[in-house]
Amino acid sequence: MDVFLQLTVSGLSNGMIYALAAAGFVVVYKASDVINFAQGDLLLLGTYLVFFALAQVGLPWSVGVLATVLLAVAAGVAVERAVLRPLVGEPVISMVMATIGLSSVLQALVNAIWGPSPQSFEPFLPQGEVALGPAVVSAGRLLSIPIALAVLAALGLFFRYARDGIAMRAVADDPQAALSMGISIPRVFAMAWGLAAASAAVGGIMLANVVGVSPSVSAIGLRVFPVVVLGGLDSIGGAVIGGVVIGLLEVYAGGYLGHGLSLVLPYVVLVLVLMVRPYGLFGKEIIERT
Amino acid sequence: MSRAWRWLSSQWLSSRECGVYHVRYESAMGLRPRPAQRFRLALFAAVLLVFPFVASSYWLDLANQVAIATVGAIGLNILVGYTGQISLGQGAFMAVGAYGAALMTLEWGLPWGPSIVLACLLTAAVGAVFGLPSLRLKGLYLAIATLAAQEIAEWTVTHWTAVTGGTEAVVAPAPRLFGQRLNGGFEFYWLGIAAAAATALFAANLFRSRTGRAFVAIRDQDVAAGVIGVDVFKHKVLAFAASSFFVGLAGALTAYYRNIVAWERFTLETSVVYLAMIIVGGLGTVRGSFFGAALITLLPALIANAGRALRDVAPQVATQLPYVQQAVFGVVIILFLVFEPKGLSKLWSNVKDYVHVWPFAYRRGESHGS
Repeated sequence: MDVFLQLTVSGLSNGMIYALAAAGFVVVYKASDVINFAQGDLLLLGTYLVFFALAQVGLPWSVGVLATVLLAVAAGVAVERAVLRPLVGEPVISMVMATIGLSSVLQALVNAIWGPSPQSFEPFLPQGEVALGPAVVSAGRLLSIPIALAVLAALGLFFRYARDGIAMRAVADDPQAALSMGISIPRVFAMAWGLAAASAAVGGIMLANVVGVSPSVSAIGLRVFPVVVLGGLDSIGGAVIGGVVIGLLEVYAGGYLGHGLSLVLPYVVLVLVLMVRPYGLFGKEIIERT
Repeated sequence: MSRAWRWLSSQWLSSRECGVYHVRYESAMGLRPRPAQRFRLALFAAVLLVFPFVASSYWLDLANQVAIATVGAIGLNILVGYTGQISLGQGAFMAVGAYGAALMTLEWGLPWGPSIVLACLLTAAVGAVFGLPSLRLKGLYLAIATLAAQEIAEWTVTHWTAVTGGTEAVVAPAPRLFGQRLNGGFEFYWLGIAAAAATALFAANLFRSRTGRAFVAIRDQDVAAGVIGVDVFKHKVLAFAASSFFVGLAGALTAYYRNIVAWERFTLETSVVYLAMIIVGGLGTVRGSFFGAALITLLPALIANAGRALRDVAPQVATQLPYVQQAVFGVVIILFLVFEPKGLSKLWSNVKDYVHVWPFAYRRGESHGS
């Protein structure tokens, strides 16, 4: 039972990080129909930026976290302007390859600046252990769950109530109608990438605390796909549910089954979802099909 | 000089139609209907024939890699560039070809020739199965599905220890012809360019046929293609099979050239590299597949050479070399997508046009930059 609880907590906290990365993915997909293969590298960037701000510059953690998020937003907006804006209206394959190229550049940059080996990072989330019934789990992991939920809820509220959030939904719904209502589509695209980068940065900060700072973080970019397909490509709520399900599935498979199944089962789920319900649990039921 | 140049350009370098009159459909549809095209092809063939006798073993190795990559890139282009179905499963298909060929030789004792053919057919069958979801999924959903297929295939290769040996490499016996080992740089070169030339010829002919035109119609507008009588699903599966056949060939050639089949060669990264080749070379062109394969294969080698040259001046460059290669790879993809989405193939056409209309800047009746 205690093993089960421990696995559940680490699955939930992994799932929350997946959800944060997936939410950024969903925001970009909703606004601009781009599937972003560089989401994991935005996460990587967030991890190393917070490492830079806290460990190398020595800022207090509150200022450092704020600076990380702001820098990530700036990076996201710059990426949209430089790489994605010229490709608006190009076929899917161009968008896919542009984000793959971007991922390659971001990884190379991070590796060139900070080197390929893991860095030592003093976590600012509490490190003690908490007794949760019969199980003992790390406080940092436990705490990361409500933090992520709060960020995701804020993102949801932003889309629900904020003027810019409503503008983004309008563009996602019908770009031409939105344009004719005076919404600036370039602004919305830039905002989408800024938000995606910010969400990934929060995920990266949590990764730095819970797992550590190393270049392998970018591999999470590929774990995002099962999450978003399960939840629905255009649903933030779906990203949360998908993140939790995939996160739990991974740790249970790793804990009880072994054989590296935790690596492959999410993709099996992905294929099944695509076969049965391609728009996912909460996605719009509009899907490209012949 | 000027007259000689004018003669050369008008006769042999330009792509002009002038003076060539087609009176039969057969000649108009010919592969290389114009003398200038045949001349350029002959020139290229001559260079290929002379190359191995003058090149060092280092350049021969690179040439062999380019030949294998050309086969794989043409295969991928049949699917992605001509039929418009995105596939991130290139690495998995190459793995099927490579493991298939090596294991058929090892386990069943087949000679290398039949085992390559069988491995290609096996890959085509696997590709057709992978293509089945394309009935329901289009565009980015298909991209995600093939990504999943790639990951699942990678896991299968590394965990199906009884057959693939897991993470340990499989050693393929060297191919022999008349008692001559074919996996040395010089000997394999002929096998490599023969395979690349056959693949290019097949692809070029495929798209002059009814089936090939159906592929292109599906890419351009699948609903319209269905309306005019193309069996969309059948042709999508056929495109997956035809593409995978050559991708499998590239995999099998890799196995026999390297003698070692290791799963690290067939990861998602491989898929991405091949996609980059056809993006950079030009989607939906055979010559673009070759250009792209050459550029993407040679670029890291050239950067490594430049890095070695700089080592004495700036020793810290050496440690950063892999990252420079990785960054340049990404930057090249992005630059081509933004500035020349039709790739090197279009640049080559521009060169020919430039020669053709020289000394003018552009053709009469053509707007600038079109």
